[in-house]
Amino acid sequence: MGALTKADIAEMLFDELGLNKREAKEIVEKFYGEIGAALEKNDNVKLSGFGNFELRDKSSRPGRNPKTGEEIPIAARRVVTFKPGQKLKSRVENYAGTE
Amino acid sequence: MTKSELIERMSDSQDHLSPRDVELAVRMILERMTTTLANNRRIEIRGFGSFSLHYRAPRLGRNPKTGTAVELSGKHVPYFKPGKELRDRVNTS
Repeated sequence: MGALTKADIAEMLFDELGLNKREAKEIVEKFYGEIGAALEKNDNVKLSGFGNFELRDKSSRPGRNPKTGEEIPIAARRVVTFKPGQKLKSRVENYAGTE
Repeated sequence: MTKSELIERMSDSQDHLSPRDVELAVRMILERMTTTLANNRRIEIRGFGSFSLHYRAPRLGRNPKTGTAVELSGKHVPYFKPGKELRDRVNTS
């Protein structure tokens, strides 16, 4: 089975919550859109039971072009990291299938 | 921003759904994402990023109180890779 996408999530809201297709699609866009907007404003996002999206400021460091070996500095940047919550961690930890 | 603030902001920017419906939708989205990962299926949200499981090999750990070695079995942990659009959005501020 392929990856879960926004279209799959919208379809679930249509099937199981009775939203019409346009509403379902809009809610999915808003969900990820508002999380992105908070992160853009340097506001961490805490979704209890699922996990936290946190911002980290990385200072610049020397880098290298792996192909040419040429040294290029990597500029200071802000990055998003995800810290899974306890509930999510315990639900995926015991996945026993093969890779 | 907490989950309830997210629900508020989502409700404020549209008027045809009640905050209760939005809350229910948010709960269903998070539950669906959790079960998807629990089945080791990837999540790919265009413009936002992707979620997948990473495997952690078994290792010898230590009980921090007593210092005795304990065998820790292998496990899967959730991993999020921000998409290019999100990476660029947070990095310009």
